[in-house]
Amino acid sequence: MPSVCFYFQVHQPFRVKPYSIFEIGEDREYFADRSHLNLNNRKIMRKVADKCYLPTNAVMLALLERHPEFRISYSISGTALDQFEEFVPEVLESFRRLVGTGRVELLAETSHHSLAAVFSPEEFRTQVSNHVARLGRLFGVRPTVFRNTELIYDDRIAGLVEDMGFSGILAEGADHILGWRSPAFAYRPRGRKRISLLLKNYRLSDDIAFRFSNRDWSEWPLTAPKFGRWVDAVNGNGNLVNLFMDYETFGEHQWRDTGIFDFLSHLPEEILKHPDNDFVTVSEAIRRYEPVAELEVPQTISWADIERDLSAWRSNPLQEASLKALYALERDVKSSGDDRALEDWRKLTTSDHFYYMCTKWFSDGDVHKYFNPYDSPYDAFVTYMNVIHDLTLRIKSRTNYVHA
Amino acid sequence: MRVLMFGWEFPPFNSGGLGTACLGLTKALSRSGHDIVFVLPKQLDLKVDYMDLLFADVPRLRVKAVNSPLAGYLTDHRYRVLMGALPPELARLYGRDLYEETQRYAEKASAIASTVEHDVIHAHDWLSFPAGMAAKAASGKPLVAHVHATEFDRTADGGVNQLVYECERAGMHAADAVVAVSNYTKERVARHYEVAPEKIHVVHNGVDPREVRKLGASKLNDHYKIVLFLGRITVQKGPDWFLKAARLVLERDKDVLFVVAGAGDMERQVILDAADSGIADRVVFTGFRRGDDIDRLYQMADLYVMPSVSEPFGITALEAVQNGTPVIVSKQSGVREVLPEAVQVDFWDTRRMADEMLRLLSHREEAKRLGQLQRAALPGITWDAAALKLASLYKNVLPVRA
Repeated sequence: MPSVCFYFQVHQPFRVKPYSIFEIGEDREYFADRSHLNLNNRKIMRKVADKCYLPTNAVMLALLERHPEFRISYSISGTALDQFEEFVPEVLESFRRLVGTGRVELLAETSHHSLAAVFSPEEFRTQVSNHVARLGRLFGVRPTVFRNTELIYDDRIAGLVEDMGFSGILAEGADHILGWRSPAFAYRPRGRKRISLLLKNYRLSDDIAFRFSNRDWSEWPLTAPKFGRWVDAVNGNGNLVNLFMDYETFGEHQWRDTGIFDFLSHLPEEILKHPDNDFVTVSEAIRRYEPVAELEVPQTISWADIERDLSAWRSNPLQEASLKALYALERDVKSSGDDRALEDWRKLTTSDHFYYMCTKWFSDGDVHKYFNPYDSPYDAFVTYMNVIHDLTLRIKSRTNYVHA
Repeated sequence: MRVLMFGWEFPPFNSGGLGTACLGLTKALSRSGHDIVFVLPKQLDLKVDYMDLLFADVPRLRVKAVNSPLAGYLTDHRYRVLMGALPPELARLYGRDLYEETQRYAEKASAIASTVEHDVIHAHDWLSFPAGMAAKAASGKPLVAHVHATEFDRTADGGVNQLVYECERAGMHAADAVVAVSNYTKERVARHYEVAPEKIHVVHNGVDPREVRKLGASKLNDHYKIVLFLGRITVQKGPDWFLKAARLVLERDKDVLFVVAGAGDMERQVILDAADSGIADRVVFTGFRRGDDIDRLYQMADLYVMPSVSEPFGITALEAVQNGTPVIVSKQSGVREVLPEAVQVDFWDTRRMADEMLRLLSHREEAKRLGQLQRAALPGITWDAAALKLASLYKNVLPVRA
């Protein structure tokens, strides 16, 4: 072997627009920024569609046509699907064409790319089943493999997911959980009977996703033949090469002029030069390769940052306070009977909101400002909490009315 | 009288009370027939030394900007950060640090003294004192050093910057008269700067009487009682004491919302503090606001609280009262001298602060009555009254001293 398993995350949040105390009680269009700012969801979606989704999907379609052995897996979040429908329906069309080849698999996830697995198992289950139903309606498929938001995973989550009937789950092949073990095998989550665990080969995945255009990297430039040789090297040492990454690698994180599209176009043929190599979707990987051992992950991991844990979303009081305020509203939002409020609340569960509040690398003139559409993590927090205040008022009024 | 004034900020380019006070005073002086040339520093993105600024609202006022990055409430650290952000060809125009720039500004500003006819020089706070002193040396006219705040107030008695202290002291001693915005400030000036009390004249700040526009309530008022903090978010203003009292209030009444309006060097710390202490869902931060937004905030509030650690005057308390909102002020403030009807609490007495808040929030009639009482005191606390005292000072005190 080995079998190369490509998995791509496709996600966009609904970013909260600039929202002050004067909007509270007056404005419920939380996500409708229309300015030049990077909070304008329509603008961002158009940009990413043009730079990434449309060109990369075109390359993928061509690859599927040229190589019958080629396989791809995607997880497309519900918030991304919403924005495709609203802003760039042609992107949805191109994903439909991909799925229509029969060699492109869709995974299940939480509809709103949320942290519900950590905070509310009930909401987690609802978001997952809503999303599965939607994928059925839009693509005519029924996912059997699951991936949680930003590959957030631990033994407990594996249990939640197995109980929902999924046959597989993805996670980060982090050193601190693998130890001497290799991500080139399937594993069984500790204490589970049926579900299989596929782990990201972070070295090879990040070579493409992060290091590809870095001229200071010893392996720059990364060519398709070179990468093909690295994949070959797994031969005899494992079954799987799990290349998991954000789809925005292609055209957004790695711009076109880095040569990333050429690389992608030539990669399958280089990998297929060795007759023992092939491609698998996630469920093919699970069917073909039995778990070789149990893997214990008591502490929650993710694919985020160096720490590969929850700290990107939960490492400071701003994040803790806003997460607490959000989930404190869950019961009242659901019993208010206000569907619009519930949908708005769900959009506020998306993990990105809390990512924007992260202060781990924040300092004057810091380079990570690139990833934050707000002026600062504090600005992100204040904006988010103002919206929470408005949502709280909406439910209060509704509840009062109902009881009157 | 022709007055040559040196200030460091003027609306709309202001970030605090100093600019408001300068505008109030110049308008009132102009109304009583005085001519004013107001000189301030402004960072001009050009290689010029001076620029005339248009200020059409006030007759008999000319505003001259001297090209300088000096600005309100600047510290040495902030100055360096500012300079670091400028392109090199602009940065070269200015001093390398705050001290150098203050001297350079003084030279440029005082050069105006020889081009402008004036009877008296009036300098506002430490940044302007060297300029005032240099102007006096150039023209021989008498100098008034107007103290709106001292370094001790700004640092909440937490360790003064020696450069600033020496500017203040030199200005006060070189001046022919010192004006303090309250007896509280006069006492501190006499004590910390060894200025003879007879030389210090108290001229309280004020507000211009105006018809405040009713700007409509917020839906937040339907569900919460609202307590407002409005001012620079810095140690002097006691925003941390505000939060401490807020926590005590929320222990007894969950239906209160605390609004923190303003910006400043403690802003992030205060946001973190609110989040960390579990009251983030009862605190709203508004950032820096101007104009109608400020009135809207005062009107939205059921109570305005000014918990300053050291407040030479506290114009915001008067603005709140103008908008019909009763105020609780720190005993360590100047405004209470002219507003005895304000509820007064030691800034550190958070338990009492919380008690007073709760009392007024739950006894609406009492709060309303208090607001009316406070409102009734306003007609005596105007910029016109202040201008009258200044004019009298210019006329009577200065010739004798000079």
